[in-house]
Amino acid sequence: MSTLTRSRFSRSSSSTPFLTAALVLVFLVLSASQPANAIPAFARKYGLRCSACHESWPMLNFFGQKFKDNGYQLMNDRDAPIWQNPGYWPVTFRILPIWHRISTGKVPIDTYTAGNPVPTGTQIQRVTSSGFDLSGLDFHTGGTLEKNISFYVLPSSDATASFHFETVMARLDNVFHSPWLNIKFGKFELDNLLSEKRILTLTGNGGIYQLYHFIPTGDGNIFGQMGDNQLGLEVMGHSANDRTRYSAALLSSNDGTVGLSYGNGYTGFFTFSQAFDAGRAGVQRLGFYAMVGEAPTTWLTQGGQLFTGANGTGPAAIGNKSFSREGFVGQFYFGPHVDLTVVTQHGQDSAWFGQGYGDLIDGAASQNNTTGTTLPVGAQSPSWNGVLLEPHYVYSPQLIFIGRYETVRMSQQANGAGYTGTGPTGIVGPSPSNLGNMSTYTIGYRYNPFMTSRAGFAWHNEYNWLHFDGTGPVTGTNINTSELLIGFDFDF
Amino acid sequence: MSLWAQLTQYDLNARLAAESHVGNTTGHAKAAALPYRRFCVGCHGPLGDGNGENAPYMQPPMFQQPRDFQLGVFKCRSTPTGTLPTDQDLYDSITRGFDRSNMPQWNTLSKQERADLVAWVKHFSPRWANEKPGTPIVIPPEPEVTPERIKAGRDVFARVQCWKCHGVQGMANGPSASTLTDDLGRPIAPFNFTDGSRPKCGDTDKDIYRIFMTGLDGTPMPSFADNIKPEEAWDLVFYLRTFMQQHSKEKMLAKGLGLKPVDPNAPAPTQ
Repeated sequence: MSTLTRSRFSRSSSSTPFLTAALVLVFLVLSASQPANAIPAFARKYGLRCSACHESWPMLNFFGQKFKDNGYQLMNDRDAPIWQNPGYWPVTFRILPIWHRISTGKVPIDTYTAGNPVPTGTQIQRVTSSGFDLSGLDFHTGGTLEKNISFYVLPSSDATASFHFETVMARLDNVFHSPWLNIKFGKFELDNLLSEKRILTLTGNGGIYQLYHFIPTGDGNIFGQMGDNQLGLEVMGHSANDRTRYSAALLSSNDGTVGLSYGNGYTGFFTFSQAFDAGRAGVQRLGFYAMVGEAPTTWLTQGGQLFTGANGTGPAAIGNKSFSREGFVGQFYFGPHVDLTVVTQHGQDSAWFGQGYGDLIDGAASQNNTTGTTLPVGAQSPSWNGVLLEPHYVYSPQLIFIGRYETVRMSQQANGAGYTGTGPTGIVGPSPSNLGNMSTYTIGYRYNPFMTSRAGFAWHNEYNWLHFDGTGPVTGTNINTSELLIGFDFDF
Repeated sequence: MSLWAQLTQYDLNARLAAESHVGNTTGHAKAAALPYRRFCVGCHGPLGDGNGENAPYMQPPMFQQPRDFQLGVFKCRSTPTGTLPTDQDLYDSITRGFDRSNMPQWNTLSKQERADLVAWVKHFSPRWANEKPGTPIVIPPEPEVTPERIKAGRDVFARVQCWKCHGVQGMANGPSASTLTDDLGRPIAPFNFTDGSRPKCGDTDKDIYRIFMTGLDGTPMPSFADNIKPEEAWDLVFYLRTFMQQHSKEKMLAKGLGLKPVDPNAPAPTQ
């Protein structure tokens, strides 16, 4: 789930006049440029500009990554809150007023005959909506409770002010006076070098890394989404200059959902990376990650209904099956202006997940693995390969141009040779080899006309295009979705 | 921008050819314009005069104000007092940062970026156009620490009156501590050896030796190069180690000696 969740209902309008006005506004804002200062919360504490830690807010640069790895500490013996003005409260609010236009293809829409209010058929068509909108609201608060004890709490709402806890964690830093041992406990973002919570793009499909959330068509496993914050415990360490990093986390297989209703499955997430100096090109980093876990397919029932346990807690599910995600990450800099991040992924789910077993609570799965259930002939473990490429052109700390290309290609479908049933898109027999393949492009820019140590403000413009092979309803054809977004991204 | 600022900026532009040499890396001031803007300008200011927008919020005694690069005066040097630091000194300062200040360790930057920033720092002051950096002082090999050397270090501590600022137990509470100001008249606190913090210019024995033999220019901490012989300087390093929180051989030996703090009322020992 993205931190910045937006509502999707909007009114149709002609976009051209608005775009013209927006471009004029861009030039007005550009011409009123002021020097960039710092971001709230940590900037208020340390007096550093936002650009010191962020390539472009909120994405971290290597210095910001080190600051985070040190438990939000500069390690200057002034990190403890006792050194702050008693009135200092480390909190930042973030919300976005936006205008966006979403166009979704292959939507089944009812058709009517004249004078008859009862639908008489279905027509596949493209649906386009546009209008002014709001993002959700994030309350970021984090920092140190004492030297080497840090915390982060992030209550986050959707656009209707319905709140959940996106992050709640405390961390013991530099245990035994060593940066190689830090222990985090709670709900937190996984140690992804390319952080989805610090993503630079904001559209519904471009505002997440699709690679971090990929689920094969018809698959019932939601628990392998490494972009979602997870509940667990993480041990992390790094060298003094942060060139070498590792982390190992033990997580509940519940995709970060509080309560124990998902059973007793656990997932491990492991990372290692090494940075090296490449002269005038800058510091480069290479690493890998692996997520290995198990999650339930058998849900206990009571009176024919899902059993959620006494007082709403579990355990309620058994029959754990395995899944894995692993890949490489590279962060490459080509001088001060151009950089490229590459993430690869090989993913695999148990054949049970591929057949639609898995998260029955949220409806992601359609079947319950009850006693005596067997897999159909031809059922096999779905697996896939994906890559994410994200180049940036950093004109200055205040202006960044962003591009992204992601693609996932299925290497093995859940319904293989010999399968005679009906697949998730209504196809009888083995699934086509390209079913569920995904491609997406995102381009955009962010311009910060000013930022002070009390607030941050960015003019944001972005376009995303998302494509799936063969997942169209009824017809099983390809689906294309696009979104154009313009907005003010501000925090204070 | 004021006329004065424009003129000053003009002067700075003329010095953009400044270079630095750190090991086999040559830094170029021009290449550091963007990194300086990204990382440094908030405190040190566009003109390097220490008047960045965050400077007013960095007030003693909790924080120190950012360095004014235009003065060309630096605390952490390997060179004698009054002289310019070497490029390596500036590079080390950027890399190490300054404890108890808002200057962090910039060791995440590449070596090239740090060398470029050294050149950029140099371009702010006309001193580099007219002067050469001083010659680094020679630090003799560190001798073996002995109880006698620690006792001798205590005598040096008393003789050169370190206690007047740092206090008889190194707690930064000497009789002069509250009166200290830097060269710009801003209040400044002496180093507290006992609170677990690291000396600003490095925390190895060699670094501590270097600090009191070169002094911290711009602060009340003078150079004792003319008052302390090299072997006495090592004795003083060993004695200062006995104040520090970190476990050390010096602390163990001092405990065995039953060493008492210097008596500020005792007649000053002679050389």
